[in-house]
Amino acid sequence: MQRIGVFVCWCGSNIAGTVDVQAVSEALKNEPGVVFSANYQYMCSQAGQNMIIDAVKEHNLTGIVVCSCSPRMHEATFRKTAATAGLNPYMVEIANIREQCSWVHKDMLTGTEKAIILGKAAVAKVNLNTPLVAGETPVTKRALVIGGGIAGIQTALDIAEAGFPVDIVETKPTIGGKMAQLDKTFPTLDCAACILTPKMVDVAQNENIRIFSYSEVTEVKGFVGNFDVTVKKKARYVNEDICTGCGACVEKCPMKKVPNEFNLGMDNRSAIYIPFAQAVPKVATIDPNHCNMLKNGRCGVCSKVCAAGAIDYKQQDEYIQEKYGAIVVATGFNPISMDKFDEYAYNQSKDVITSLEFERLTNAAGPTAGKLLRPSDLKHPHTIVFVQCVGSRCASCAEKGKEYCSKICCMYTAKHAMLTRDKYPDTEVYVFYIDVRTPGKSFDEFYRRAVEEYGVHYIKGMVGKVFPEGDKLKVQASDLLNNKQLHIDADLVVLAAAIEPDKSARPLATMLTASMDTNDFFTEAHPKLRPVESPTAGVFLSGTCQGPKDIPETVSQASAAAAKVVSLLVKDKLKGNPCVASSDELMCNGCSSCERVCPYGAITYEDKEFRMPNRTVAIRRVAKVNPAVCQGCGCCTVVCPSGAMDLRGFANRQIIAEVDAICK
Amino acid sequence: MKVSYFPGCTLKNKAKQLDIYARKCAEVLGITLEEIEAWQCCGGVFTTSRDEVATKLSSVRALQEAKEKEQVLVSVCSACHNVIKQTNHAMQNDTEFADRVNRYNGVEYDGSTKVYHYLEMLRDLVGMEKIKEKVVNPLKGEKIAAYYGCLLLRPNSVMQMDDPENPTIIEDIIKAMGGEPVIYPYRNECCGGYVTMDDPKFAQKKSENVVVSAKNNGASRIITACPLCKYNLDKQASDIPVVYLTELLAEALGVKEDGDEQ
Repeated sequence: MQRIGVFVCWCGSNIAGTVDVQAVSEALKNEPGVVFSANYQYMCSQAGQNMIIDAVKEHNLTGIVVCSCSPRMHEATFRKTAATAGLNPYMVEIANIREQCSWVHKDMLTGTEKAIILGKAAVAKVNLNTPLVAGETPVTKRALVIGGGIAGIQTALDIAEAGFPVDIVETKPTIGGKMAQLDKTFPTLDCAACILTPKMVDVAQNENIRIFSYSEVTEVKGFVGNFDVTVKKKARYVNEDICTGCGACVEKCPMKKVPNEFNLGMDNRSAIYIPFAQAVPKVATIDPNHCNMLKNGRCGVCSKVCAAGAIDYKQQDEYIQEKYGAIVVATGFNPISMDKFDEYAYNQSKDVITSLEFERLTNAAGPTAGKLLRPSDLKHPHTIVFVQCVGSRCASCAEKGKEYCSKICCMYTAKHAMLTRDKYPDTEVYVFYIDVRTPGKSFDEFYRRAVEEYGVHYIKGMVGKVFPEGDKLKVQASDLLNNKQLHIDADLVVLAAAIEPDKSARPLATMLTASMDTNDFFTEAHPKLRPVESPTAGVFLSGTCQGPKDIPETVSQASAAAAKVVSLLVKDKLKGNPCVASSDELMCNGCSSCERVCPYGAITYEDKEFRMPNRTVAIRRVAKVNPAVCQGCGCCTVVCPSGAMDLRGFANRQIIAEVDAICK
Repeated sequence: MKVSYFPGCTLKNKAKQLDIYARKCAEVLGITLEEIEAWQCCGGVFTTSRDEVATKLSSVRALQEAKEKEQVLVSVCSACHNVIKQTNHAMQNDTEFADRVNRYNGVEYDGSTKVYHYLEMLRDLVGMEKIKEKVVNPLKGEKIAAYYGCLLLRPNSVMQMDDPENPTIIEDIIKAMGGEPVIYPYRNECCGGYVTMDDPKFAQKKSENVVVSAKNNGASRIITACPLCKYNLDKQASDIPVVYLTELLAEALGVKEDGDEQ
């Protein structure tokens, strides 16, 4: 029989506000096996933990139930406490009476009743707990960074700097991401390319970094310290090792009518292309959807002009297998589609553009060589209307926009407005806003300069409608402070489109078993205290894949993620999770059901000899679990028809005991 | 096929054409509009009234009657449709509101009746192909401006009829009748509505925008489903006819006769 101690946490008023903690500890005192029961304001504090240690010693406890917050939060804390007190850490059970009880109930009576039931279930489980010992696994000393924007670049550089090899996987033909498309960066107005491209070169030259460009992650197996990853290197029909990036092929390619995605389709590129002058790696890529040679075998010009002989029309996709100790997600963002925002006439007029398109229009390497000309007739616009929050903070129109604030738009719009007024003082600039949000170092000063020194017309209110009439864009808007409706004849309208996570994020999260929020941003292990780690061990988050961020914040988070990766990779061995599946070979009939559902490939089969009656021997095929690979998800225990498969720490009889305790 | 039909007050006097032709056209297209018995005003004119429950009771009674007959509820006036659909939505989603209404009416109504605007009926229950088939006087490429107004499609989360910023439902029907729809920027803007009582100049400006924009884009007629819109537009439209969409449909289907309006 166990000797169980129950510790009920108030969590200040988080639990005690809705749950009568005294009643809970009293009620649980009478449960089978319980020899001690108490409650305390903060069980996780040093004093609370000492209370547990003292009780273990004083009452010779063999098991502990802590009724507190989610095990996600403090299970590890209390397991350490138990170990300090000389108990096996797996003799601790958490009853979650905060997230699953006090926070979701308003009524004290029902809240208390439920907390008692949850406590009883945990007691019933501890009664059947057995000490478990964690095994150790080695750590592969190599990191994978998925995404080669400024976030991925910074993370990779920092990990490499610490001496560990890093691979960057980038879907585009070059690294650089969105930052490479920007013109100037707020609040200091230094040119994006000038500060980014040296970093890109650093990446290319760093001995510890490999770049897999034009590639994507297709499969992830394994676990923290030991990920097995498959990377698909898409055929670019150019031998990367030989191509010198001279650009002769690009110049001579006869197919020049391909929309240039780097300039957001505002000009054209050739079918063989290098995205931009400072691309890394600087090698050409053939776009198979537009190349005549690949489509119908009629051309071959690039192959003829390539002095290095790098063109290879027969190149195939290549799959690379590599082992990694840690994975960093840096998949970034995209502006949302403007298709559902017909009130702004984005699809009806070329002169309604997004802010990212505006960046390209003002960039010296952009389609207009940095001259601000409107796309329809290449005339200089004299009146520009900027609309902020297009699709952001859009709770009432959730079917087309996002509820969250995209965070970067206020600042880049101020930048666009200021730069326009600086370069073209004859241009009237209007900015429509819901609020101007400028928290950040030197951010508000920057915005004030736009208003006070550069005379940008900031108008609180939203634009209701834009429509083309003649060569003007008619803008209807409200000026909330003056309580007036405004009609502006604009030449150019710039929409600050909300940003959303890249579309590759969701399938990647599935591969990594990493969690996401409803907006497809990756969830951090703790929103305040573990902001760069995913709840999935060994997976780290860098940049806007976790939430909207500007460049300074992205770079900080990227370095923070790198620090976390380094502190993982310096370890030689990691303690594993002992709560893994195991099969009772006497009951196993070798049906393969478990192997088929195992998401980690942890189950194999072996033929084993069994002694049978009358000194005979039979050979039977039985399941075998690799405890280093098993993640303890429990799928196999559910499908096993003979009941041979069981999960340590979550054995079938423990679960049933919990259910019985709840239903009693 | 039989459907329940809520005409609304205006359709019984100022906007008779809207009602009469709605019925005639529906018959041609194989749908009988069964008028709700002893219906009362939808509550449209009381939208600003503070006792919200009292003004919604009539709509709920109509919805309840359609439910008992196991029919969908069709209305053609934009304002009636807006009130009825919003009320039905509230009956489904606002339990406190639904409780209060049900206690007044003494009947448990759960919001399960499907509410259709006449346009939705044409699109979803009849279908454009059927309309094309039944047209006897095609519009021969006449340029028609569909005027949606503000409340036919909004709020989109409740109305769920068409994209309020770039709708196509009336344009599709115009095409089915053989006409050429005119796309003009003011087709989904407000006509001035009830503000015409309070500030006629303001309303005049709003409806003038609509009429001028439709004309400049080459329209020879404007069609609408809303009596109030027609009232406001008519005052600005000296040289371009504003007609109810059911009237135009009746013309195309060959069921419009002189004297119907009386």
